[in-house]
Amino acid sequence: MNKPVRRIAIFCGLLVLALMMRDNWIQFVQAEELKTHENNRRVLIARYSQPRGNIIVDGQTVTGSKETDNTDFKYKRTYKNGEMWAPVTGYASQVYGANQLEKLDDPVLTGDDDRLFFNRTVDMITGKGKKGGDVITTLNAKAQEAAFKGLGNKRGAVAALDPRTGKILALASTPSYDPSRIAGSDDEKAWKELTSDKNQPMLNRALKQTYPPGSTFKVVTAAAALQNGLYKDVDSKTDSPLPWTLPDTRVQLQNEGNIPCKEASLRVALQYSCNTVFGKVSADLGNKKMMDQAEKFGFNNPKLDTPVRAAESVYPKDNRPQNAMAGIGQASNRATPLQMAMVAAAVANNGKLMEPYMVDKLRAPNLNVIETHTPKQLNQPLSSENAQKLQSIMETVVEKGTGTNAQIDGVTVGGKTGTAQHGVDNSGNPYAWFISYAKGKDGSPVAVAVVIEGSETTRDDIAGGKLAAPVAKGVMEAVLKTEK
Amino acid sequence: MSSNTTNTTTISTAGPPSRRNTELALLAFSVLIPCFAYANVGLALDGEMPSGMLGYGLGLGLLAGVGHVVVRKFARYADPLLLPLATLLNGIGLVIIWRLDQAPRLMAKKFFHPSAPNQLLFSALGIALFVAVLIFLKDHRILQRYTYISMVVALILLVAPMFFPAKFGARIWITIPGLGSLQPGEFAKIILAIFFAGYLMVKRDALALASRRFMGLYLPRGRDLGPILVVWAVSILILVFETDLGTSLLFFGMFVVMLYVATERTSWIVFGLLMSAGGAVFVNTFEPHVQQRVDAWLHPFDAFKDGSSDQIAQALMAFGSGGVFGTGWGQGHSDLIGFAANSDFILATVGEELGLAGVMAILLIYGLIVERGLRTALAARDPFGKLLACGLSAAFGIQVFVVAGGVMGLIPLTGMTMPFMAQGGSSVLANWALVAILVKISDTARRPAPAPAPSPDAEMTQVVRP
Repeated sequence: MNKPVRRIAIFCGLLVLALMMRDNWIQFVQAEELKTHENNRRVLIARYSQPRGNIIVDGQTVTGSKETDNTDFKYKRTYKNGEMWAPVTGYASQVYGANQLEKLDDPVLTGDDDRLFFNRTVDMITGKGKKGGDVITTLNAKAQEAAFKGLGNKRGAVAALDPRTGKILALASTPSYDPSRIAGSDDEKAWKELTSDKNQPMLNRALKQTYPPGSTFKVVTAAAALQNGLYKDVDSKTDSPLPWTLPDTRVQLQNEGNIPCKEASLRVALQYSCNTVFGKVSADLGNKKMMDQAEKFGFNNPKLDTPVRAAESVYPKDNRPQNAMAGIGQASNRATPLQMAMVAAAVANNGKLMEPYMVDKLRAPNLNVIETHTPKQLNQPLSSENAQKLQSIMETVVEKGTGTNAQIDGVTVGGKTGTAQHGVDNSGNPYAWFISYAKGKDGSPVAVAVVIEGSETTRDDIAGGKLAAPVAKGVMEAVLKTEK
Repeated sequence: MSSNTTNTTTISTAGPPSRRNTELALLAFSVLIPCFAYANVGLALDGEMPSGMLGYGLGLGLLAGVGHVVVRKFARYADPLLLPLATLLNGIGLVIIWRLDQAPRLMAKKFFHPSAPNQLLFSALGIALFVAVLIFLKDHRILQRYTYISMVVALILLVAPMFFPAKFGARIWITIPGLGSLQPGEFAKIILAIFFAGYLMVKRDALALASRRFMGLYLPRGRDLGPILVVWAVSILILVFETDLGTSLLFFGMFVVMLYVATERTSWIVFGLLMSAGGAVFVNTFEPHVQQRVDAWLHPFDAFKDGSSDQIAQALMAFGSGGVFGTGWGQGHSDLIGFAANSDFILATVGEELGLAGVMAILLIYGLIVERGLRTALAARDPFGKLLACGLSAAFGIQVFVVAGGVMGLIPLTGMTMPFMAQGGSSVLANWALVAILVKISDTARRPAPAPAPSPDAEMTQVVRP
């Protein structure tokens, strides 16, 4: 009977061999795939097993980590003044993932980034746990505070830039939320509440929401007029009849109230916010040229990364009457608050548009800097000469036009108000806009755009000046103070 | 003259090596390795040596020592590998169970109670059973007398669970209120092997010779087909009524192996394969429980979409996360498997914490036990011992394959335990008994042939010499 026993021995050997091959398959060949599988909870466990790196503003951290008694996720994210900083940090939740900076710089924050490999190895050898690096932002805490407090309990957003570099100084959105509420593992109630809230507290309006830009878009239209040589001088009369009929229609474009818009110069037209003048400029230039100019300011760019990607601001191809209306920001063109801040910044920076960014440095746990952002010019929408002309008329707006609420003692401020109608037959509450910049000793250190989703009482063009300009003023003052 | 003859016929006084000292040296490793593992778990989890370290080490050492002494006394020529390998697996199993007792996720479960103390108790009982078998079973051939009694007992053990409530989707337990539950299938494995060995030894000639040749195969006579059909039917019944795929596969596999060894006819293997294929198709078509298992095997990660049991997916991820060298004792998260992490799925913990290297080592140890058992079968001098050793070893091997294959996703998952390692009293007891029988057979097989009695013929030959 020995022959079959030997065969059985071989058979049993093959069974064990099959197991070994299978084991090699799952533990070697497929190991990486299984290790990082989306359903593998170990990924999350490892992620929360040590304190996360921090997001830093002005040398102070705005985030933190707290040890929990959860068995799986040892540390959870905490936020200092979370509501104010949420549009910058985003959230990092043990259950719902992460967004914005928390997501984009996640490898650095968790310590998994390849550039931290050396640190990790050293920590492993010395027996220390993995540590996360820090994200140092460009934001200005005082400006952010001014923006957030200025918005108060109104619905709106603020974006402020340093025109010279493109640094984002403030990025506020209200109503906001405290990301701490959804950071833990048992925050389902808060998550549901926040995601189903019709006020959309988790929406980052400064970057992710587009609005009709209203009259603030007239700055772009004026730039187009100057750049294309339609008008060379901001103080000479324009070819602007009143009343003026939209091309290809019988509709007369209305101005807000009885304002001196007939053949008004660009300066006067901007000062009083004449719809007829800028509507006609847009109509005279045509859709193509207007679109080109808008694109130079950053419109129609679906990949504007700060590094958090901003929603695409659009200036679409359109027919003649619509294009004319777009020239006053009341057609299908839409802009994010960041986009309008970029417009103001480009004008303030003598025509050079810098790429907006909010991460200045990435820093390893041992404080070595692993990445520094260098400012980059995105475009030059205006010649330096035309930019200065535009500055001059924007400064008039603040000096004696619709934007007087933004005046700061001893500081040159340029700006433009706007009130955008929206909804069917303008039934929705209008959006109050204000874009502005302030000048310092050395160029302009701040450009800001404010949008406030208005209330019933503010159905006129003064709304922008009344509601939004004080907020912009607060932000500019805060920046100027820290600039000294 | 006569003294001269005795000298040439008896074995020299030194005798063949008994290998008992080899066994002792190996046993020392079998005790030391789990002790180190135990210390390692404690250091990894709490940063200090576990408090039970001394007791645990002494306990395991004592058990191994008792086993060794008894083998020295009652099975002097036994195979030196079987006891150390079994001890090592049992020791490592204990460490893993203790390690999983510390797992917060399992501790949070409603019915959590630490399993390690129980398992240590059962290991002691297992060694006691091992010792008892060695002492009281003077010769394995005695078992042959109980062939038909074994059959009855085995059938009772197999059928009994049908009358007890199902646990975790399978009826493989006998629940005795107040005492806990018993998995009779583990014991039935041994008893059935005894029955098959005894039965086949008597019937092998009839089964092997009375056959017709057809297409190169020897077809058995219809009436000789009876027993295999009965066993097949019983295993299908087990599958259908107790929804226990593993046990059914194990028994049928063991029977086919023993039939093949007894008759040396390949045709039985062909028949066996055809019948199990037929049975598999039949059951897969009509039994939802088995269908579920097959689906879970084919698409383990669907569990996260449809909310079915994610055990297999979790086990696979545990293996994958371990990689080649593993996370180290106590540093994995195999407790994510949840239910049965320390019994059916215990190999996944080895996979995660000891890595590919550890699993390969464990599989090799199992392979060695099986091959030492088959080596015993080869060496055995009586057909009953050969068949029994072969049957038990093959059953052990098939069980390891079915469990490990199921956990690693090679074949559909079945509810069986890793011998020696997995938590579960019945399994530990039965496998120690199995090893005891193998040790006993190997003792008989390796024992030097008794000196032939001084032959009265010797004188006569001389007388006749011219």
